[in-house]
Amino acid sequence: MGIQLLLEKSKVENIRLYDVYRREGGYRSVEKALKMSPDDIVEEVKKSGLRGRGGAGFPTGMKWSFLAKPEGVPRHLVCNADESEPGTFKDRYLMEFLPHLLIEGLIVSSYALGSNATYIYIRGEYAWIPDILEQAIAEAKANGWLGKNILGTGFDCEIYVQRGAGAYICGEETALIESLEGKRGNPRIKPPFPAIQGLWMRPTVVNNVETLAAVVPIINMGGDEYAKIGVGKSTGTKLLSVCGNVNKPGVYEIDMTISVEEFIYSDAYCGGIPNGKKLKACIPGGSSVPILPANLLLKTAKGETRMMNYESLADGGFATGSMMGSGGFIVLDESQCIVRHTMSLARFYNHESCGQCSPCREGTGWMYKILKNIEYGHGKMSDIDLLWDVQRKIEGNTICPLGDAAAWPVAAAIRHFRDEFEWHINNPVEAQTRNYGLAHYADPIHVPTV
Amino acid sequence: MHNQDIIKRMKQFSAEQLNQVQAIIARYPEGKQKSALIPLLHLAQETFGGWLDTETMDYIASLLTIKPIEVYEVASFYSMFHMKPVGKHVLEVCQTGPCMLNGSDEIIDYIKQKLGIEAGQTTADGLFTLKPVECLGACGYAPMMQLGKHYKEFLTKDKIDQIIEDLRNSI
Ligand SMILES: Cc1cc2nc3c(=O)[nH]c(=O)nc-3n(C[C@H](O)[C@H](O)[C@H](O)COP(=O)(O)O)c2cc1C
Ligand code: SF4
Ligand code: FES
Repeated sequence: MGIQLLLEKSKVENIRLYDVYRREGGYRSVEKALKMSPDDIVEEVKKSGLRGRGGAGFPTGMKWSFLAKPEGVPRHLVCNADESEPGTFKDRYLMEFLPHLLIEGLIVSSYALGSNATYIYIRGEYAWIPDILEQAIAEAKANGWLGKNILGTGFDCEIYVQRGAGAYICGEETALIESLEGKRGNPRIKPPFPAIQGLWMRPTVVNNVETLAAVVPIINMGGDEYAKIGVGKSTGTKLLSVCGNVNKPGVYEIDMTISVEEFIYSDAYCGGIPNGKKLKACIPGGSSVPILPANLLLKTAKGETRMMNYESLADGGFATGSMMGSGGFIVLDESQCIVRHTMSLARFYNHESCGQCSPCREGTGWMYKILKNIEYGHGKMSDIDLLWDVQRKIEGNTICPLGDAAAWPVAAAIRHFRDEFEWHINNPVEAQTRNYGLAHYADPIHVPTV
Repeated sequence: MHNQDIIKRMKQFSAEQLNQVQAIIARYPEGKQKSALIPLLHLAQETFGGWLDTETMDYIASLLTIKPIEVYEVASFYSMFHMKPVGKHVLEVCQTGPCMLNGSDEIIDYIKQKLGIEAGQTTADGLFTLKPVECLGACGYAPMMQLGKHYKEFLTKDKIDQIIEDLRNSI
């Protein structure tokens, strides 16, 4: 197991309690940060190379430096704990087991950004977690880390927990802001960006739970030291939530220098595929990113070992690569059906479309319908091209990236597994009773043509 | 008129809950009390029978001094708010891809067969509603369901039998 910056203390007994957390070195970053100027903190975060852990991977320090600071207008930090991307459950783990780490990160970040009222927007289904967070907030407040005039610096800060109510789209930052204002989760047209006009039209920064927790080790060790961990622009550590067909599903912290193969097969991480089955495919960064067949997952098209970091996972672009995304690592073994899995994801996006833009609202419905036809033995060969056409018409033509997120999984499934779709269509009866299996995907290198 | 008055009075938060409402509203700046809408709808749904009828939504509108339509459009947007009556226990089983890889289809079929209902239906005794839902952020602990405030994970048929029996005995 490599370096642990976030989960290191997660197994310490009662680490959820303030006294234990403090004894283990908790809240040191607040002591240090409140002696620094807010701009110096932003500078440390810039130096760290930290990239947003919510999915897009945007440099956090740069995002913070865009925050508008008009005189007399309050600013807000909002923590995005909506975590609804299929395959992703890392933020839940952090909040459930290390609530004080998040609160500590929020205090430092609120100070850096000048937010006196910071909100954690958590998905409504995580209904037991607000109590855990509110307990941690109350303990932090009782010990002088929150509230008025923190550590005598004159800085006031309150943290509030707000529950959502079941809507994937509220993870998109402008939809989240709308929801926090008590409205439907309809994404806003940008610009204006939240950094200029966000929550209640005030300058706002929205960051992921893991991003804000990572601010703690960055301040403790310094941005430069943090940047030394990892490789290239993949600095620090990253949480991965692993699900599907692996022996040890769960949440892992990696330092982004290990290979995908090691991550899947090593006992320190996923522990291999159950029941001696073979690896068929994997969606490495949450349901929205392209699925890769085993051969392209383990090695890039150039034949290099694929590594668990932002650059390597994206190597080859969408033709032969994928993305780190939210870190939701979904593994499919040889017995899984790509058509059925893609259909299920299409249903998800269709259900979650907010309905504002017609390409997304209608297109996600069509994709689901066409995939359902193919899966249940009513597909035509022309359906594959139709699907391809529909997804292309969604991508890039919508207000928010949910449209793209719905299009990419379908595009990648056709790109890499076209023969499986064709087999379904040619063998509608047989496809009801057995799965296509591995076919050529385990071949050393199979470069698709689309 | 008289009847409606009675219904209105039934759909009232307790004094303690009204304090809670004030505390929630106090989290937001002056004049931004509409932000309390989703938290209040959660509270209302828990308090008034597991779903939101028009009376309840109108009551919430009056508490926040916003228009009833502002409440309806929000309540109907979010999948956790029920706009129709539901059973005493709602079995919300995740059916999304990652759960499917670990057998959520079989779990849903088993519950249908065991309770004699289809997805979205409620048993005749009003005890159980089966609601297949999309990813709940427990993909590594699949198959799973949400039951009230908590998750039941790594489901098997035996576990389903146990859960349903426990719920039947809990009345
Ligand atoms: C449809 C959609 C859903 C999203 N869901 C989440 C989410 O659940 N959690 C999250 O942190 N970011 C989510 N994002 C990304 C946010 O819009 C935003 O980029 C992120 O919260 C920024 O934080 P970061 O820079 O720390 O990653 C989502 C984006 C889209 C388009
Ligand atoms: S792309 Fe889809 S989810 Fe996003 S705003 Fe348009 S309709 Fe809504
Ligand atoms: S797919 Fe079922 S909890 Fe995520």
